[in-house]
Amino acid sequence: MNFVGWLTDPTNWAGSGGIPAQIGYHLLYSAIALLAALAIGVPLGIVIGYTGRGEALVAGFANALRALPTLGLLVLLFLVISPVVPGKLVYVLPTIVVLVLLAVPPILTGTYSGIQTADPDAVGAARGMGFTKRQILLRVQLPCALPLMISGVRSSTLQIVSTATIAAYLGLQGLGRFILDGRAQANFAEMAGGAILVAVLAIVLEFSFAWLGRIIVSPGLRRVAAKSTSPLATAVPEPVAT
Amino acid sequence: MNWISSNIDRIVELTLSHVWLTLVPTVLGLVVALPLGWWAHRWGRGYGAIVGTAGLLYTIPSLALFILLPVILGTKILDPINIVVALTLYTLALLVRVVADGLSSVPHDTVAAAEAMGYRNWQRLLLVELPVAVPVIAAGLRVAVVSNVSIVTMAALLGIPQLGSLFTQGFQLRLYVPLVTGVVLCVVLAVIFDGLIIWLNKLLTPWRQRTVTS
Repeated sequence: MNFVGWLTDPTNWAGSGGIPAQIGYHLLYSAIALLAALAIGVPLGIVIGYTGRGEALVAGFANALRALPTLGLLVLLFLVISPVVPGKLVYVLPTIVVLVLLAVPPILTGTYSGIQTADPDAVGAARGMGFTKRQILLRVQLPCALPLMISGVRSSTLQIVSTATIAAYLGLQGLGRFILDGRAQANFAEMAGGAILVAVLAIVLEFSFAWLGRIIVSPGLRRVAAKSTSPLATAVPEPVAT
Repeated sequence: MNWISSNIDRIVELTLSHVWLTLVPTVLGLVVALPLGWWAHRWGRGYGAIVGTAGLLYTIPSLALFILLPVILGTKILDPINIVVALTLYTLALLVRVVADGLSSVPHDTVAAAEAMGYRNWQRLLLVELPVAVPVIAAGLRVAVVSNVSIVTMAALLGIPQLGSLFTQGFQLRLYVPLVTGVVLCVVLAVIFDGLIIWLNKLLTPWRQRTVTS
């Protein structure tokens, strides 16, 4: 297999365009987008979960976004933003905006549905113990919401990492470079090598989130979460592939 | 607008290949997901393994899968078969769990009643459990088909013609018209397929209109 040769060739692991550098870029863009999405999605999700308002709007927005093709959205934003933004930001800014746009809905949905489905008995018990509303939110509802929130953040992360790959089409650095440069030079070994790196990165992140869920979610909650509630709510997972 | 009228033949051609590349994998994925989902529902231990594997498959980005499939299948990189296989796998990964959970959502009383009426196992499955699970499966299928419409466009980065080709063309020429045409047609296709599944769901579950009015 020729891509094995490409992956093990030391020259591909060195320099500013090498594999470690591109993984670094890929993770850097992804981390910026994820932090921005968290900064928007979590507070907004708490407000919606707490007040119960705006759910239909969010659901509609998430559905509409699913129908919009990511690649088209990326190029469209690039064409709109590029005349306004100077220098290298032309490539970075539209990409980050698209990544954030795609990453917010799963985080938002995970947060508000997590708060709403928090065990009413636990909330009632906290109220009986004299907790203020704020204490109930921070010490009962949010910890109860953690499993669904982590699952939302997981979907968002995978969506971001996968979309960051196609951002290479606009000229951005990252693992998508190998795929698109390989395509341009008809170098299949490089394309396949890049594809394997992207797939491995996604799978490693997936396992990291499973592990994260195990260490930060209260063990008492995991037993509750294992029992599924409504088949419709649990049966349709948020698709992350793009 | 001149661009649209002078390129109408190509737009129709791209739309048709987009429809084909979306519908074939969706139907194939459903056909494979039904027995696999049933199997996962019947054997408790199989459920974790099947749903876990399916979830992992779904994490692989589509562009990577489009490129890695030729390595496994021995096809050419430009062969649309890769797209069909990749999207079939995604649809399958999504629907296996939906079918299993849908079958598990059938009320116990309904299953017991069918049993008491003398239905054999396979009759009960085909005539009672599967029809009752249709709304859940349809909900999953709606998500699958709408995502498939969007994922197909990624194939444009490899040079396989469908509506995504209008995006790359728009980028290369810095033109809004082909780009927006492509996006609008994608959304229209997604809405049509979505509506088609809603309609089929209603057609297949006539008893729901009489009892529930949601």
